[in-house]
This record gives sequence, C-alpha cells and structure tokens, in this order.
Amino acid sequence: MDFSLSPEEARFRDQVRGWLRDNLDDRTREAAAGHDDIELRRDWQRRVHEAGFAGVSWPRELGGQGGTLMQEVIVNQEMAAARAPDMLNVIGLYMAGPTILAHGTPEQKARHIPPLLRADEIWCQGFSEPNSGSDLASLRTRAVIDGDDFVVSGQKVWTTLAHVSRWCILLTRTDSAETAHAGLTYLIVDMQSPGVEVRPLRQITGDAEFNEMYLTDVRVPRANLLGAVGGGWRVAMTTLMHERATLGVGLQVRSRIALDELRALARTTLVDGVPRSADPVVRQRIAQLVIEVEAMRINGLRGLSRVLQGEQPGPEGSVNKLMWSELNQRIAETALDLLGPYGTLAEGEERAPRNGRWAYGYLRSRANSIEGGTSEVLRNILAERVLGLPRGR
Amino acid sequence: MNVGLTDEQELLRRQARDFLDRECPAARVRQLMEDDLGHDPRMYARMVELGWTAIPFAERHGGLGLGLVDLAVVLEEMGRHVVPSPFQSSVGLAGMTLAASGDEAQAARLLPSICDGSQLATVALVEESGRWDAGGVRMAAERSSDAWLLHGEKLFVPDAQVADRMIVATRTAADPADGLTLLVVNTAAPGVTVRPLASMDATRRVAAVGFDAVEVPADAVVGEPGRGWATLRRGLDRAMVCIAAELAGTAQRVLEMTVEYARVRQQFGRPIGAYQAVSHRCADMLVMVESARSLAYHAAWALDNDVPEAPLAAAMAKAYAGDAARSVASNGLQLHGGIGFTWEHDIHLHLKRAKWGEATLGDATHHRERVAQLLEL
Repeated sequence: MDFSLSPEEARFRDQVRGWLRDNLDDRTREAAAGHDDIELRRDWQRRVHEAGFAGVSWPRELGGQGGTLMQEVIVNQEMAAARAPDMLNVIGLYMAGPTILAHGTPEQKARHIPPLLRADEIWCQGFSEPNSGSDLASLRTRAVIDGDDFVVSGQKVWTTLAHVSRWCILLTRTDSAETAHAGLTYLIVDMQSPGVEVRPLRQITGDAEFNEMYLTDVRVPRANLLGAVGGGWRVAMTTLMHERATLGVGLQVRSRIALDELRALARTTLVDGVPRSADPVVRQRIAQLVIEVEAMRINGLRGLSRVLQGEQPGPEGSVNKLMWSELNQRIAETALDLLGPYGTLAEGEERAPRNGRWAYGYLRSRANSIEGGTSEVLRNILAERVLGLPRGR
Repeated sequence: MNVGLTDEQELLRRQARDFLDRECPAARVRQLMEDDLGHDPRMYARMVELGWTAIPFAERHGGLGLGLVDLAVVLEEMGRHVVPSPFQSSVGLAGMTLAASGDEAQAARLLPSICDGSQLATVALVEESGRWDAGGVRMAAERSSDAWLLHGEKLFVPDAQVADRMIVATRTAADPADGLTLLVVNTAAPGVTVRPLASMDATRRVAAVGFDAVEVPADAVVGEPGRGWATLRRGLDRAMVCIAAELAGTAQRVLEMTVEYARVRQQFGRPIGAYQAVSHRCADMLVMVESARSLAYHAAWALDNDVPEAPLAAAMAKAYAGDAARSVASNGLQLHGGIGFTWEHDIHLHLKRAKWGEATLGDATHHRERVAQLLEL
C-alpha cells in the first residue's frame, strides 16, 4: 500500500504547480468565479491545453498528451488546489470526450476531439427531460430514421451551457419498445441545426446556468450516430460512469478548499469578541466534516487505484458522488449557521460576508444532490449493483 | 500510488478468514463468552504459529518486520469474527506502545515474549474519571532509592485477567501536558488485584486493577520518567488504528448479514430489500463501511511511514470508525426486525463489540476535538 506519488509523478506535479504559479493570477481566479465570463474561461482552457494539461491521458494524434490517468488526476487536483477557473468545456472534457473516445468512429474522433480540447467547440448534454429526470430510460424525445438522417423532436431540460454550445450529446428514443432501455439511441447534434431552440432556465440562485432545449424536426445525419441504433443506453452509461468517476477527484479537492474557507470563517467570525471556533459544537461539526471529506478522498484513491490496475471504473463511483453532494451541502449549511442572520444577506449588500458568496453557495449546493444522479438514485445503484439487493420500487 | 493490498496481504487476508471461519465461528465465540479466561489459549497459540503476533515488530525483537497495514488486515478479519482474544491488547496496544516508545532495552526485554506468545501484556491507563488523556492520570508512583511504589486503582484495563505484564501510566510530576511515567508491572506482583468488570461486550474483557503498595524495580520504566504521555501517545495512535481496523471488519460483517437477510426475508409479498426504506439504509451502511476502512488503512500507512499528518490520520480513523461501527450495527439490528433483538441471533455480538470499540481509547467526540486541535481550529 502506497499513498505517495512516484518520483516521476511528483516531478509532473511540480511541473503543473510551477505552470499554475506562473500563469494563474488573482484576476483570472476572481473573474472566473462568477462563471459567466465565457470568453475568459475559453481563453483559460486554451492556455491549459497549450501547456499540455488538457486531455492528458487522451491520444496524441487527437490533441491529447498520451499521458497516464494518474497524470490527469494530478492535473485535476492541482487545478482545484490552485483555485483555477473551471475548464469551460466541462461536459466536453469529462463526458462527451470520454464517450466519443470509447464508442466513436475514427471520423467522429478526428472531427470532434481536437476542437473540444481547445474549447473551440463547447458541448452540452441532452439527457434529462421535464418528465424524465432520474428515470432516464423513460425519456420521450423521438428520433425517426428518414433516409440518411434522424429526425428529432422533443424537449430537454437542465442542459448546462446549451446557450454557448456548438454540439450536444443527445439521448433519444428510436423505438417505443416495452423495454425502455432497448429503444434508446445516442446522437451527436449540431446546435446550429434548424429546429434547435435554447431558452435560459432561471434557478433558485437567480442565475441561468442551465437551459431548456426544444427540438422540432431537427435533422441529424446518420454519421452522427454514436454506437448502434437502439444501443444508446450502453453508451449513456459510459458517459455517466465517467461523470461520477473522473470528475470526482477534482470535486473532492474543491470540497477541501471550501472546508479550509469554513475553518477560516469559524476563526474570524466573532460574536461579542469570541471566535465561533471556540464553541465546542462548532468544533465538533467542523471536525466531522474534515474527517468525512478525508474519507471521501481516500475512497476516491482506492477506486482510482483499481482503475490504474486495469479495472473499469465501477458503480463504486456512486459512493463518492453521494458523499460529495451531501458533504458540500453540510459545509454550506455550517457556514450559514456560523454567520447567523448575516448568512442570509445577498450579493451587493454591504454587510454581506464575502459579498454573499456563502449565501450563494448554500443555494447552489441544493442542486448537488439532484444533478448528476439524485442521492436517491445513487442509493438505488449502490443497493442493487454493489450490494445485490433486489430491484427497488 | 497503489493503495490496494499487495498479493502477500491478500494471501494473509484469505489465510486469516479461513482460519477464523474454521476455528472461531459464532458458536465458539459464544462458548468463550462464558469462559473465565475469555479466550482460548490453544487458538492463541495457533495464531502465534501463523505469525500474527509477530507481524508489526522488528526482527531483532523476534518480529516479522512488517507493518501496521499488515496487522490491520488480520485485525479486520478478527473484527469480522468478533474473536474473543487478548491479541488486540497484547499486540495492538502493549506491544505497539513498546515498539513505538523507542526504548530499546524494554523492547528487547518484552517484545520477544509478546511475539512468541509466551507472555501477554496490556496497558493500564484509565482511572475513575474515565478520561483517556494525560490529565485523567492521578495515580502517583513514589520513587525510593531502588524502586517505585504504587498505590491506587486503574479501570477498564483490557484483558488484565490473562495479562502477565501491564504497562501502567502513573503520575510523577504535576505537569498538565505530561508528567507521567510508564512502569512495567508484573500482574502477579504482591499487592496487585484484578477484578473483572461485568460489561456489555463479553467478547472483550476489562478489569479494575488495584495497586496496594506495589513495589516495582527502578528499571521498570518505559522511556523517560516524566515523559510517559509523549511515549504512550505514539502507542495509543497505533492502538486506535488497530481498533479502527477491527471495527471496519465488524461493520462489514453486519452489512453482509443484513444484505443477506434483506434478500430473503419477505414482507407484504416481496423481499424487504426491495423497499427503499431498507435498501437506502443499506447503501448508507456501505458508505460508512467503505469510509471506515479507507481511513483505517490510510492511518496505518501514515504511521508505518511516519508521515507528519499520521497522528491526525489516526484520530480521524478512530473517530469515524467508532461512530460508523455503532451506526452500522444499530441499523443492521433494526433491519433484522424482531429476530435481531434476540440473544439467539448473532448481530448483538457485533453491536456490543462496536460499542466497546467506540468507547475504548476515546470516543468520536474525544477524537473530533483532537482533530480540531491538531488543525489549530
């Protein structure tokens, strides 16, 4: 058992750290924190790619670095630890890209992977529908084969970044067979096609980070089929597995950063001159969060270790998604409790701590147990696929 | 980085599980619960033959020169089987304290007999207050020309009923941070009385040990006089991780028992495991078991490699494992329904062991406060 990096990995980490030190300034950090400066984030991803730190484990001929999975994890960890802006093309890098690499034709790979890595083309994901969130197999967006095209009609929701995306990984129904999984087909859709309409969806934070997407007789060439007609479920599982496995390592570091900020908050928030961190209850709550975030980190490393030994990422990734969303919520809840009434003050209010960032974080964290698989669905996955319990209802 | 077990460790795990499946099924555990010794010396001798008692100690002291990670593998299996044995107190607590003390003379004198099983040892720390820190130690040791004189009582001394020697924490200076002196006391010495305490977990014996003018030779000190807490702290960190590994094993077994039961037990026409009220609890139990195991093995690795955050890792492992094992055992009992509450069903053995492990060497509240201090909160 060895939790330390090999000398080569440590050298690579130092290289990433050095680059971040030289290339990441506070202005970029702060400007990106709002998440709405698309051009700034696009520029950031380009620079990261030019430095050789995007698509680290992807093939060289497609613009990747041909490196190891461990190097990719190191990049994710260092980026998060340096509070680097999120990569703009998050769906592209962590979901669409790995899925195309696993199931795409050589033409699809050559066409899509290089511009995806450079953030020249942004990707979004059309999985969820208004009546088909967790029950993904019940989705109703239809794709009918017509000559060399699929003709697609339906509605998607929660499509992150759809308003700036060039491409969408779209899950459709080509067959209304009884077995809901069997009739699904996975398509790559050009967002500039006639019949695609994107409407911003305002959330409880007031932001419009997500969208609704309406598809009316959108023609998708057969060449944009990923996998087989009716084989979309298997392809979609690759996407979701990658979402939960690869993304998890970076998320964990972000939880640790939020926790560091919470500790600082507890030490610096005074009530009648006494820091909140002197309260035994506060100490217990924060210590428990620290312990659980650490458990999540090591669980992640154990899963990663198995992948490094050549095993596929398994449903165990669901353990960490479940832990992460609930921990993130508890970190935000604890922060708001520490702040008392000030915690409810919003951005722009003079007395709002950190200009309302804790309040915003609290509201945003409510989505964590819904997006990327609800906590209920993840518990079902753990119960059925890891523990082998009978299918629930 | 490879945080899986090595092939040798996997082999050790299989060997331990096979041996304990054979030698220590629940029926045997129940017999030993009624036994005065609280364990089976023949089974202990077999464990010695398998090399388990020698795992974490240096070869010059008769050990195998392996690490805490290897010991954790065996302890996890012992936890699965709730083995009644002084292994934890002799090897995991007293042995690890001696090994971590840096006291070559005492280690050379005592560790070979712990490794070969010819002697059992334990640690006497807690007193009336029930505290697991230096401040809880009030029992004084008076120094005369060539001996120490002990008066007082220690509580919750594990396996004192079979221990040949005990490392006794005594107060020799009024120092809020330390001021302790560790003395090796022969359990058979005149003035030592061992009174077993009736406790919830009959698979883990604890005793009240009285010291009535017990004379201990001057050379019985482990480490430096007056610096005993610093020494003991290193041993306790290791012992905590040993218990955390055991608790991970006991919780894992409860989860397996519960899942097996939820698959076959039918209510309202279907297996109870098909109800989310049941399956979601099982999923939460899985998260706790996996996390307890992760923290225990990481702490064992950190202590083996002397990384700076090792004490923090040990405190985290013990805090989490105590809560997790108790919670998993309680949930497991609940999901077994009425049958789980009976004496006949084995789940209470695990619940009681979990409760023992939670309280021993400081509970989660104690260690969370330690975490807060180590992080300078």
